[in-house]
Amino acid sequence: MSITPDEIIATAKLAKLQVDDKDISEVTERISAILELVDQMQAIDTSEIQPMANVLDAVQYLRPDTIVEPDNKILRRDQFQQIAPATDEGLYLVPKVIE
Amino acid sequence: MTALHQLTLAEIHQGLAQKDFSSREITQHLLDRIRSLDKTYNCFITLDKKGALEAADAADSLLAKGSEGALLGVPFAHKDIFCTNGIRTSCGSKMLDNFVPPYDATVVAKLKNQGVVMLGKTNMDEFAMGSSNETSFYGAVKNPWDTNRVPGGSSGGSAAAIAARLTPAATGTDTGGSIRQPAALCGITGLKPTYGRVSRYGMIAFASSLDQGGPMARTAEDAAILLNAMAGYDNKDSTCTDIPVPDYTAELTQPLKGLRIGLPREYFDERLNEDMAQTVHCALAELEKLGATLIDVDLPNSALSVPAYYVIAPAEASSNLSRFDGVRYGYRCNDPKDLEDLYTRTRSEGFGDEVKRRILIGTYALSAGYYDAYYRKAQQIRRLINQDFVSAFEQVDIIAGPTSPSPAFKFGSKNNDPVSMYLEDIYTIAVNLAGLPGMSIPAGIVDKMPVGLQLVGNYFAEAKLLNVAHQYQTVTDWHKASPID
Amino acid sequence: MQWETVIGLEVHVQLSTQSKIFSGSSIAFGAEPNTQANAVDLAMPGTLPVANEQAFHKAIMFGLAIDAAIEKKSAFERKNYFYPDLPKGYQTTQLEKPIVGPGHIDIEVGENSTVKRIRIHHAHLEEDAGKSLHEDFHGMSGIDLNRAGTPLIEIVSEPDMSSSEEAIKFLKKVHGIVTYLGISDGDMSQGSLRCDANVSVRPVGEKKLGTRAEIKNLNSFRFIEKAIHIEVARQIELIEDGGTVVQETRLYDSEKNETRSMRSKEEANDYRYFPCPDLLPVVIEDSVIEALRKKIPELPEAKLQRFQSEYALSYYDASLLTELRSVADYFETTTKTCADAKLSANWIIGDLSAFLNKQGIPIEHSPVSANQLADLITRIKDQTISGKIAKQVFEAMCNGEGSADEIIESKGLKQLSDGGAIEAMVDDVIAKSAAQVEQYQAAEPDKQKKLLGYFVGQVMKASKGKANPGQVNKILAEKLAK
Repeated sequence: MSITPDEIIATAKLAKLQVDDKDISEVTERISAILELVDQMQAIDTSEIQPMANVLDAVQYLRPDTIVEPDNKILRRDQFQQIAPATDEGLYLVPKVIE
Repeated sequence: MTALHQLTLAEIHQGLAQKDFSSREITQHLLDRIRSLDKTYNCFITLDKKGALEAADAADSLLAKGSEGALLGVPFAHKDIFCTNGIRTSCGSKMLDNFVPPYDATVVAKLKNQGVVMLGKTNMDEFAMGSSNETSFYGAVKNPWDTNRVPGGSSGGSAAAIAARLTPAATGTDTGGSIRQPAALCGITGLKPTYGRVSRYGMIAFASSLDQGGPMARTAEDAAILLNAMAGYDNKDSTCTDIPVPDYTAELTQPLKGLRIGLPREYFDERLNEDMAQTVHCALAELEKLGATLIDVDLPNSALSVPAYYVIAPAEASSNLSRFDGVRYGYRCNDPKDLEDLYTRTRSEGFGDEVKRRILIGTYALSAGYYDAYYRKAQQIRRLINQDFVSAFEQVDIIAGPTSPSPAFKFGSKNNDPVSMYLEDIYTIAVNLAGLPGMSIPAGIVDKMPVGLQLVGNYFAEAKLLNVAHQYQTVTDWHKASPID
Repeated sequence: MQWETVIGLEVHVQLSTQSKIFSGSSIAFGAEPNTQANAVDLAMPGTLPVANEQAFHKAIMFGLAIDAAIEKKSAFERKNYFYPDLPKGYQTTQLEKPIVGPGHIDIEVGENSTVKRIRIHHAHLEEDAGKSLHEDFHGMSGIDLNRAGTPLIEIVSEPDMSSSEEAIKFLKKVHGIVTYLGISDGDMSQGSLRCDANVSVRPVGEKKLGTRAEIKNLNSFRFIEKAIHIEVARQIELIEDGGTVVQETRLYDSEKNETRSMRSKEEANDYRYFPCPDLLPVVIEDSVIEALRKKIPELPEAKLQRFQSEYALSYYDASLLTELRSVADYFETTTKTCADAKLSANWIIGDLSAFLNKQGIPIEHSPVSANQLADLITRIKDQTISGKIAKQVFEAMCNGEGSADEIIESKGLKQLSDGGAIEAMVDDVIAKSAAQVEQYQAAEPDKQKKLLGYFVGQVMKASKGKANPGQVNKILAEKLAK
């Protein structure tokens, strides 16, 4: 299956990535080559095969419902927000969210 | 006396215990070496000199009080994918160039508890996506055997640092071969444990169902000592397995008599160059001499492992890397004009080309209409690959073959052709898809460059792999070959 | 043309666990911004989710209550989209194997309260998002992630409702079930119960469903009713004017009372679902299901029936008393203590509800406890006070002035049942009302009854309301007959 430049642009939009006009043909070409490699899978009939998500077919451990929190939650927040690009009054700031 | 930087972990432990030298002495020695040599190799992204010397002093005072512990006071390095409290953790990316996590990865905490002295954080392919270390935001690592050649990737910084005797050991992570392939290309020993053996908490995710952290060192014995400290259940990682951790050093010296070694026909076909094939066969002959039997096995679906991997890994990565949005940490573009602009420019400026390429492939593979043809199909192929190994392990105890199709290649020779770069991991990827433990040990020299022998074990059979590797290393010297005095 | 409305609801219910669905942070409402967001909730690099057992147990209880199949091996998927209140860039939810399979909830419709069955397609577990605060922070929006990771069940109905009234009834049923089960506080004002409505119209008799619009952001019963009305009207008008309904997400604006298209949401609706590789399938053992089944209390449905049969209450009274488990429990405690269901019901539906509504406090926090109300009712029954005085005592109880007995005592409100004292007051009133006595004695017997009221009123006034009204009536009738 080969991919078109338009599909690359639509996919980039979903992934919040920008592909510059000058790069689009090269990106398309490289990704098409990878998809060609990937398409070797299509030669195999897997209709009877269960997909394998976890190799050990393990099951989920469920955590007891207990609160685990530091004594000073404000201090912890401040630690986390020290490494944040923009905060105010304990909130993370982003350009206006319009619904 | 052997120079301090040529000592293995086990030898350092002995030296510290016998007061031949202090932790501060060896730590300072290695920091000095890094300062003079790493300008050439570029193995480290961040050094923690102050923290290392403090940890060394703390270890020395514990040692003086008679404390023991195989790792107490031993210098060490972490791949820059493991979060380290208070120390920048970049994952080789501009996106996290300013990221100082306020928490430790479980593996980091476990090693810290053992009294390890962390020298710094090693260079890597950006978000572990690469087989040559050329995708790092901090520039490529140079192979200490030949600085015109790649060290392999993505744990290239760890592998090269060990080979250049800048650290006796380090952590690595392996999603498609990222411990084993650089270990092979740099002539060191690396182990990827069974999926679920080592906690992934705090290890920045690339492909969650494939990623696994493991030890990189010069010998199998050192790898065993490290795995003892790294392995084990963690209630912060749902995919971490709750089964007891054996003492991996206990069975190192078991004789190999009666050991059945499977040789996958598919790993010895025309794609493997002749010199490589010959080297691997020589290594296998040594194992035969130790009492092992060689048996041909089939892994009929192994050709499908690279295609399946290049759906599963990018798909998971595309989702795992969505959290890098410029809101809570990491890089943020200047003056975003609106929310869309914040997201798009932050991610386009913060990620490198290979990362963006894989996000695009993964996003495409998961998008409406393609899920069944790509992701679901790849997970089905994954089961077939798994079944191949299950059948093989009914006949043999371990599987052996080359780690990579060729020795380290020259810079720039593959990074313009992603597909040929991806095929570099042709022998390692299936092991990740099946979740099995795999090792690479130095097994010879081709073109003046080291090459690796790959050993693959059954689930949780790390002790068996380490046993075979150790026995091989007692009768060969390839692991002692050093590119540097 | 005659139009028919078709409604399906997606109800989000916050589960009342202690901690979040995938982390140990508290889910308590109202904390300082981002103080209940740990490394996992903030999607810090390398952090991983671990699922909360109680979230599963509460979801299973809901499934058992609606007679649904419980998925023995359920799994989580990732729903990928970018939004500032979604720190990971995906929501962890369930798609292929939700914990609760098909079930049903019955509602009563029409004047005869005919039972109508609303089918539940499934209910799944998922994590809530954080909140975007749109107040102006230097021209930016502020993000609070305290709510991110709060466990939710999303209950998805089939399109089985045909009016906003039915939708409200269904939602009230859901509210009753989750609060009775104790799996949610059901507090709509804090967003514990929210709802999206899929609304379409079709000509009466048409089998095929019309194109639906999904209305988001419905967080009160009143808004749901208004939003459905306005959306139905919009769709009918659109079709009758020759247009077609577009399948889209619409936002209800309560200030303008209109729904409007959310194009921003539409653009990014390729959610790229795939199984979450950080979480493994959750296997639920039969023994766990059976243990949870034993914990299911009497549900609103059954309680409504029992209140009518056991306490001889009307359907109306019983339904008011069983809407909330807290009210039903209050009623049963009161009734048990005072042994009078009818009086208990009247007081709870009447004075108590009026007071609580006015103060805006839930019955759990009522200043008058069920036992205290029962004591008051007991004093009416043993004729210590009259019903009228009781209202005065109740008011004082609400003001925290003490128990019924203490207030009756301190205010001297005890009913006067001393025959001699009442007789003296009656004599006094008769003596002062010669004209009325004459009129009374001249009247026909049926008119006399009416005229007697005047004398009773005067005696009650003289006694400051404390005279036993029965005795006053009796003595007056005797004396005036002479």
